[in-house]
Amino acid sequence: MTALDAHLPALQVVVPLLIAPLVTLLRPRGLAWAAATATSLLTFLISLTLAAGALAGEIQGYQLGGWPGPYGIELNVNSFGALLLLVLTGGSTFALLAGKASLDQQIEPGRQPLFLSAWLLVLAGLSGILVSADAFNIFVFMEISSLASYVLVGGGPDRRALPAVFKYLMMGTIGATFYLIGVGLVYMMTGTLNLADIQVRIQDVTDLRPVLVAAGFITVGLGLKAAVFPLHVWLPNAYTFTPHAGTVFLAACATKVSLYVLLSFDFVVFQQNLVGHEAQFAAFLMPLAVMGILVASAVALFESNLKRLLAFSSVAQVGYMLLGASTVSLLGLTGGLAHMFNHALAKGALFLAVMCLAMRFPSLELDDLAGAAKRMPWTMTAFVIGGLSLIGVPGTAGFISKWYLISASMELGGAGWLLVAVIVLGSLMAVAYIWRVVEAVWFRQPGPEQADIREAPVLMLIVTWLAALCNIYFGLAPSLQIKLATDGARMLLGGLP
Amino acid sequence: MNLLGLYHYWVFAVLLMIGFYAVVAKTNLIKKLIGLSIFQAAVFLLYITMGKISGGTAPILQKGVPDAIFSNPLPQVLILTAIVVGISTTALGLGIVVRIKEEYGSIDEQDIQETDRQ
Repeated sequence: MTALDAHLPALQVVVPLLIAPLVTLLRPRGLAWAAATATSLLTFLISLTLAAGALAGEIQGYQLGGWPGPYGIELNVNSFGALLLLVLTGGSTFALLAGKASLDQQIEPGRQPLFLSAWLLVLAGLSGILVSADAFNIFVFMEISSLASYVLVGGGPDRRALPAVFKYLMMGTIGATFYLIGVGLVYMMTGTLNLADIQVRIQDVTDLRPVLVAAGFITVGLGLKAAVFPLHVWLPNAYTFTPHAGTVFLAACATKVSLYVLLSFDFVVFQQNLVGHEAQFAAFLMPLAVMGILVASAVALFESNLKRLLAFSSVAQVGYMLLGASTVSLLGLTGGLAHMFNHALAKGALFLAVMCLAMRFPSLELDDLAGAAKRMPWTMTAFVIGGLSLIGVPGTAGFISKWYLISASMELGGAGWLLVAVIVLGSLMAVAYIWRVVEAVWFRQPGPEQADIREAPVLMLIVTWLAALCNIYFGLAPSLQIKLATDGARMLLGGLP
Repeated sequence: MNLLGLYHYWVFAVLLMIGFYAVVAKTNLIKKLIGLSIFQAAVFLLYITMGKISGGTAPILQKGVPDAIFSNPLPQVLILTAIVVGISTTALGLGIVVRIKEEYGSIDEQDIQETDRQ
């Protein structure tokens, strides 16, 4: 096993990338799904091993073809990357395991292999971003994952997905191209693309203005991809019309990976070398984070479609992650990073429950779901647990990261209390919009047309409950995500990979 | 500051903004995609420009020319990759437009929004 261990960072990407084209050939019914699920499970096991290594404090580097950096292409898995790899591969595995019936319902058998192949390409691309230690490779992987995720979003039966995916494509490409401009400017000044090498060489650069411009382009470009308020307009429709299984996957990890690149680039490359850049970073992103939390939560309060409600809540959650990062403190970053993990658990469980609901209800408007809990009590109980975690009730995962965020805000002194108020207000709004769903499904009388509605398929229900129970487990025993997040935050602040 | 001496970068900036304008302002989806292509092409030019040294040649060692000046070949290789990405994006975008035309009978953003509102 040890000989194989050294290759794990590369295998994390190579396995799904190689199996993706093979999946398109698996025409017999169900075979493509089985292959994709097995692959996803394998990548999850790889990421577990990598996370164990990161917990033990190893830096897991890899030199492609044995060429040493900065001339060869390097891969590098740090604690932050390992944390998100867990989220990514775990999210994909949960969604695929649970999603068989939902995929059968929404996508005709002939197109399923193609859809699942695009799914694996998203997985490969996003893993590639997380293991890569090279600015340009990150761009290429970002485009692989984006192009494939446009296919995922547009793969559903609802035609409204098409304008949504077109908008996503436009904004995603502009975001990636902005990132490319920023990388170009950094390359122009340093002559290297290896992130570790950029850190060293940038210290000799005398004219830092192009680097500052690069910081602007990279921040805005990745902000677009990460759906940072007010650049989030592509997200609600894209999440709403994606096939339900795809929503579980994308909502759990897609925006977080872009945030990973944004934070690693900004903290490691720019803040160490540009004078006063921490203050600029905080002053630029903190208001956006606050606005994101408040405005997106407020929109969710009045949204009538269940999936779109949760999508707006995702925009608000990106705000929390960014709020933690924009305090530029160990506590705040730890909170922000841990929130990526915890939010993925909460939103994953919620969207899994939505997928169960969608098996039986053709429309996900809240009015049409009245009394659904009478027919599907297990599904809706899992939904409530996910909702509690999203709100941040003690005993669930969401509480842990919000506690860190509040502690970090209080560290800031006077203005920090305003941030505490924002976090509390955001959580209260989360209580309100989750309550609207609970009120509709638990306390309203079901219509007569629901008489023959049964619980969701057993496998789907089991996976949903597993995700819901993970929320409680990681709320009571949060050492895994907190250890990785703290190490990741320390790395970002210390600047060493 | 010799502003016009940096004309390569002006070309980059102007093209970038022309493309961006088309993406934002046009309602025809094909025109938006054309704008996106111009936008990306501008960035290709930025990369090509920065690798060029005046008087520089291709980076090939030649006998009898010990002190030749080479242009940096790496940006061109990078941009070859980016061009491939750009083509895939345009192709996928056009594919989506075809599907939109099939489903909505129009490729104008406003028409599509009105159809969805009904």
